Amino acid sequence: METIKVTIDNKTVEVPKGTTINKAARKLGIDIPVLCWMELHDLNIENKPAGCRICVVEVQGRRNLAPSCVTKCEEGMVVKTHTTRVLNARRTVMEFILSDHPKDCLICAKSGNCELQAMAHQLGIREIPGQEIAAMSTYRKDTSPSIIRDLDKCIMCRRCEMMCNTVQTVGALSAVNRGFMAAVAPAFEQNLEHSTCTYCGQCVAVCPTGALTEVDHTPEVLRALADPAKTVIVQTAPAVRAALGELFGMEPGTLVTGKMVTALRALGFDYVFDTDFAADLTIMEEGTELLDRLTRHLNGDKTARLPILTSCCPGWVNFFEEYFPDLKDVPSTAKSPQQMFGAVAKTYFADKIGISRKDLVVVSIMPCLAKKYECQREEFSVDNNRDVDFSISTRELAAFIKQANIDLNNLEEGQFDSPLGESTGAGVIFGATGGVIEAAVRTAYEVYTGKKLSRLDFTELRGFEGVRSATIDFDGLPLNIGIAHGLGNARKLLNDVRSGKSQFHAIEVMACPGGCIGGGGQPLHHGDSEILKARAAAIYKEDKNKPLRKSHENPFIIKLYEEFLGKPNSEKAHHLLHTKYFDKKKKIIVKQ
Amino acid sequence: MAREKMQILICGGTSCSDKQSEALADNLKLELEANALENDIKVVRSGCFGLCNLGPVVKIVPGDVMYVKVTPDDAREIVSEHIMKGNKVERLLYKDPSGKTKSAEKELSVYKKQLRIVLRNCGIIDPENIEEAIAHDAYEALGKVLTEMKPLEVIKIIKDSGLRGRGGGGFPTGLKWEIAYKNKSDEKFVVCNADEGDPGAFMDRSVLEGDPHAILEAMAICGYSIEAHKGLIYIRAEYPLAVARLKTAISQAREYGLLGKDIMGTGFDFDIDIRYGAGAFVCGEETALIHSMEGMRGEPTVKPPFPAESGFMGKPTNVNNVETFACISPIILKGASWFSATGTEKSKGTKVFALAGKINNVGLIEVPMGTTLREVIFEIGGGIRKGKKFKAAQTGGPSGGCLTEKHLDTPIDFDNLTAAGSMMGSGGLIVMDEDDCMVSVAKFFLEFTVEESCGKCSPCRIGNKRLHELLEHITKGKGTLADLDRLKNMSYVIKDTSLCGLGQSSPNPVLSTLENFRDEYEAHVTVKKCPAGKCKDLMEYFIIAANCVGCTACARVCPVGAITGERKEPHFINPSICIKCGACMEKCKFDAIIIQ
Amino acid sequence: MKKVKSPADLRKIKDEVRERMYSKEKIRVRVHMGTSGLASGAREIYDFLRLELEKRNIHASVISTGDMGYSHAEPTLEVTLPGKDPVVFGNVDKLKADDIIENYIKNGEYVDGILPANYRKIE
Repeated sequence: METIKVTIDNKTVEVPKGTTINKAARKLGIDIPVLCWMELHDLNIENKPAGCRICVVEVQGRRNLAPSCVTKCEEGMVVKTHTTRVLNARRTVMEFILSDHPKDCLICAKSGNCELQAMAHQLGIREIPGQEIAAMSTYRKDTSPSIIRDLDKCIMCRRCEMMCNTVQTVGALSAVNRGFMAAVAPAFEQNLEHSTCTYCGQCVAVCPTGALTEVDHTPEVLRALADPAKTVIVQTAPAVRAALGELFGMEPGTLVTGKMVTALRALGFDYVFDTDFAADLTIMEEGTELLDRLTRHLNGDKTARLPILTSCCPGWVNFFEEYFPDLKDVPSTAKSPQQMFGAVAKTYFADKIGISRKDLVVVSIMPCLAKKYECQREEFSVDNNRDVDFSISTRELAAFIKQANIDLNNLEEGQFDSPLGESTGAGVIFGATGGVIEAAVRTAYEVYTGKKLSRLDFTELRGFEGVRSATIDFDGLPLNIGIAHGLGNARKLLNDVRSGKSQFHAIEVMACPGGCIGGGGQPLHHGDSEILKARAAAIYKEDKNKPLRKSHENPFIIKLYEEFLGKPNSEKAHHLLHTKYFDKKKKIIVKQ
Repeated sequence: MAREKMQILICGGTSCSDKQSEALADNLKLELEANALENDIKVVRSGCFGLCNLGPVVKIVPGDVMYVKVTPDDAREIVSEHIMKGNKVERLLYKDPSGKTKSAEKELSVYKKQLRIVLRNCGIIDPENIEEAIAHDAYEALGKVLTEMKPLEVIKIIKDSGLRGRGGGGFPTGLKWEIAYKNKSDEKFVVCNADEGDPGAFMDRSVLEGDPHAILEAMAICGYSIEAHKGLIYIRAEYPLAVARLKTAISQAREYGLLGKDIMGTGFDFDIDIRYGAGAFVCGEETALIHSMEGMRGEPTVKPPFPAESGFMGKPTNVNNVETFACISPIILKGASWFSATGTEKSKGTKVFALAGKINNVGLIEVPMGTTLREVIFEIGGGIRKGKKFKAAQTGGPSGGCLTEKHLDTPIDFDNLTAAGSMMGSGGLIVMDEDDCMVSVAKFFLEFTVEESCGKCSPCRIGNKRLHELLEHITKGKGTLADLDRLKNMSYVIKDTSLCGLGQSSPNPVLSTLENFRDEYEAHVTVKKCPAGKCKDLMEYFIIAANCVGCTACARVCPVGAITGERKEPHFINPSICIKCGACMEKCKFDAIIIQ
Repeated sequence: MKKVKSPADLRKIKDEVRERMYSKEKIRVRVHMGTSGLASGAREIYDFLRLELEKRNIHASVISTGDMGYSHAEPTLEVTLPGKDPVVFGNVDKLKADDIIENYIKNGEYVDGILPANYRKIE
């Protein structure tokens, strides 16, 4: 690789051609502050509008200061990063940004987690000259089922726009207005609810300020817990346990399964269950559906469409209902684990403990914001009583635990309750990209071939590559599997399906880069992809440590079928555990 | 027709700063009357001949005899000698440095300040008739290029001519073409920037309306030179007439085989489409323009990469402004040295300016680079309106700077304007007189850039707004001396850190007015007065007791009862009640009321 | 339709049109109808001239062109009498247009408002 030499603050470094000043400086231990720039290295995601102008440096021979985040090093370039001119410019620009930003940090959802706040602190800003005559750009607040937009706090870093358009190809958010009133919003400044938004929450995950936050459902949960007439049960998604610890000062990748269970019990939940149980159930239903379609397809049945697409991810479901309604019979009809859990809890479990579904409140802890929308879907209610009453994110749970004076660090390791808390390793790996299909393969292989698997770790299905494929030998039948995470990658595979070019038998899609571990409801990664990798490692570790690692071996799943559902894809299973999809292509509604 | 009647034309008129010609006309008429010739010989006041340094001039037809530097006293001799006897008045004829006499207007035209290269056909040809354009040399240069020259030869001529981009930046056009030529690609584009966002500038529009084929031809020449086969004209949708004429021109050129496949049978293909802009100022910036054409938000991106490497649809793209393209064909036909003979050392050719503001002859002019501001304003522009005093001229549009009296004799070219803290920009030239408050002027221009910022980078999005607010604060009399330092610091930082040319130049009006009219700023913040009497909040109506006769007219007309005083005694205006409507001042017959 | 198949074809058209445009017998009137001209009422003048010249039995071609840049004097128009240099008149309203027809076009007599060519042209 061609390399070049640059001198930064009198120190010379050799870097590959194409390296930016900022990265070259980092090699020298010079930490030039960045605000709008963000990179998720292994995921090939970079936001570089060069808009905030915080990272400007002096480049010898150039008339103006250069943004170090995008300016590439040139041979012999001489750069100064902390001259009076640079420091004055950086401070003045920061004062500009702050002069148009609300100062309600004390009650902001992002307080303590806000990159703008941190930058103000780092630059030592103590006052904003001229604030008394400075107008602020203010906008209408917008609340959707999952996400709140408070554009007063938008600093035009464009990260959300990049995520929504470039990574997710959802196209719900883009810059609107110009000049002082410029902000990122849906077209025609509609509400998010009327846009193409899938509620994947990736915009929230990358927003450096409090402009994009989740809708907080903890007050409703608290109210339910305080109601003596209600039995309140909780389910926790696999990715939550791999990230919750971060919000209590633990290293990324610390597993807090047991402590989380204890905390939930301390919060007053009557039963602490695991979404992993429902994940195992999903494998039974989805796996059976796959084998059924596959067998029919191999027998020449033209109505059996392949590939089958996973349907666990609500952001993904929203995406294909919006953009590929013509393919709505392609995904598996299996509900997501969250909703399977709710359906089973409000029938089987409610019967078991002898209460009516009205008196049972199901709460889910999810790494996801789209789950909030999913549990509000009409088809997931019976007589206006939702199967899952409330969904709160990992971040909301952490805040909830802190408010209840519980120190997660010093809790005992608890155990999930039975029966809906029992799961296998297959259920756990649902939390990372490739995990759902790996779990499905473990079961489908044994059911299809009637043979025991000799190995359970399908490493060929793991990783962070945006689109992956692998062929698994089903005892002579080569099963082609495709995996995509991030909706932009999913779109590529979907386009192939639409045009009939796809060679896959099954495709797994997760809306968020990295899968649920990188979900919109997870602790903010602030652009550090190492955090995502550590979470994924934790998930696979939990799988490895489980005594049972195949869904169909979960004794409580077996019991559920025996006592209640009959067999996978039975009529009852269909009624409770399967769903259908709708054409939700948005018509643009322009407010008059 | 009978023998041609004798007529006398005198330059000047209401729009001329030289008032001598008026007396001259009167004298001529008197002389004719004295000789009973007033019914046979007509005296006509005409507009400017462009020979102001020789003026006033008198032209007599038939014969087209031009007398120069004529004074009112010369009227008698002109009538008695020329009119009565048919003898030329030798001493009033122009003599060149060698002593040779020149009497015909045509011989004198070399002394005219304006030179029309860009505007050569505007108003001369019917823009909707390609044949008239062809009759005026259109497509001849294209034919020459296609049949006689190689791309690099064309580029060399353009480079040698010294032509620099007329859109504002002044980047050497030939070099731009060369870079685009050297970036090899399966597809390249030629883009004509007809966004013309600078308010007050309309030369691009005039060229497109008056001579659209000049642009089409130049784009095709550029296409041949950089090996592109597709041209795009980015024009604001607010120019419906220009769009209509362009469309007509394009379809006629296609019909005649001058655009499209196999142009003039040479095998070269080139076609042009029109793209519409929504009229955003920032879309004149080439990267923003390209994004806008791609259907994206009109926002600039960091350069490099330059459009010549990665432009429209990621392909090498050469973007030139309308006025730049309008220079191409004459350069090809007449050669690089013909073009470079006009202008200054580093700025060749001519520049079109749009004169506006407090100047008599508003409109478009085209002068050689290096013409002084004095010549432009006082000769070609006819001076300041209503005989007021010249104060400043804003060049380069809203993001340019102002030039003052001390710059009047500076030759105008790219580099001198930059050195004076202004810029060439697209050639808007707004003239201000003694009644203009320079703080308000800076505020006015800032208001425009605040509106037109795309909002992508923080210094431009927020900084310009803060500048504007602070200027507003100062014009309200609430500023302090420290605010002036803050203005300066903010301006420098905005220039230093903004992403594109808009923000990098938007504080120029603030900086240049601060530099040239600091005393005016200081008056606003220290004694809270606006020397030009423009800032309403800083005005106070005041009655000079010595002039007031106590007629009570002012007190009666005052709508808020701010004026008190006994009959026949001097009156007094209570400033805390006064709403500064000015009614009293209008009513006062004794000039007793003044503004302070 | 004339397809130009070579630079020689172009030259042929050029010569033909020049001959036609600058024929010595024709009165030519060009009304400057760019945006500035139109905004000041050039369309009205154009219509007026076409109608009146015909009414008064004067054979002339009236054509619309772009502006010359004389914004301070719009509407402007240019009259070329046979064998004479073109003359531009500014601030033309209907009254002035009538004046131009009666005095200049009919008798070659100047009227106020002449805008002499104050510029050099490309040779």
